[in-house]
Amino acid sequence: MIREQKDIIIHTICRILIPFMQVYGLYVLAHGHGSPGGGFQGGCIFAASFILMPIAYGLDVGKKRLAERRTIILCSLGVFIYGGIGLLCLLLGGNFLDYGALSAILPVGPVMARYYGIAVIETGVQITVMAVMVSIFINLVTGGSHEEEMQKTHD
Amino acid sequence: MMRRLLGVALAAAALIILLYGVEDLPPWGDPNQPASLHVSPRYIEKGLAETGVANMVTAVLADYRGYDTLFETAVIFTAGVAVLMLLRRRKP
Repeated sequence: MIREQKDIIIHTICRILIPFMQVYGLYVLAHGHGSPGGGFQGGCIFAASFILMPIAYGLDVGKKRLAERRTIILCSLGVFIYGGIGLLCLLLGGNFLDYGALSAILPVGPVMARYYGIAVIETGVQITVMAVMVSIFINLVTGGSHEEEMQKTHD
Repeated sequence: MMRRLLGVALAAAALIILLYGVEDLPPWGDPNQPASLHVSPRYIEKGLAETGVANMVTAVLADYRGYDTLFETAVIFTAGVAVLMLLRRRKP
């Protein structure tokens, strides 16, 4: 279903565009504290760059850049980071997800500990959203059988 | 036929109960409703001082409503796993 585009214009534009999309996705994540943004939006932008890769260069290149095994690990890693921060707060004597308790291990006060706690969980959200988007796209577009799709393009 | 009529009657009854419940809600956008008098001013006035985050939306999303966002993320994760389970076929 996804075949490699032979068009030089598409290849060149994507090569220029993809790094900027990824940097912009990280910018949206990092700037969520001061302006509209955050993990959900940044994750979608980041995922769009990994979805553009197979569309432009074919499924092989897309899967080489972000293998299926890795997307599954990243899916769970994001939720694990979020829940792990919550449990860490619990272990340090606060409530679940009470980031103020993190000031016990960070060299900052409780308010700034909340600031950094939010930054970490937003990163977790970004990782999960990105990996799930890419995984759903690849599976929907090949009907769940990547290997057969890839063999077809090689024949 | 009887069952269909019974279903329609049940749906109508549920609709009437829900509309009756809506009667007691405060008017849409009313500045004097309880949520606007207690919760919102707290977020607006103390959000920056309590969390150090200038963006109010992020402060509410990730800190005051952290549970909500945790399980939103879990829902997205579940959606991804469900798509994998339904569609993924390995080569025999």
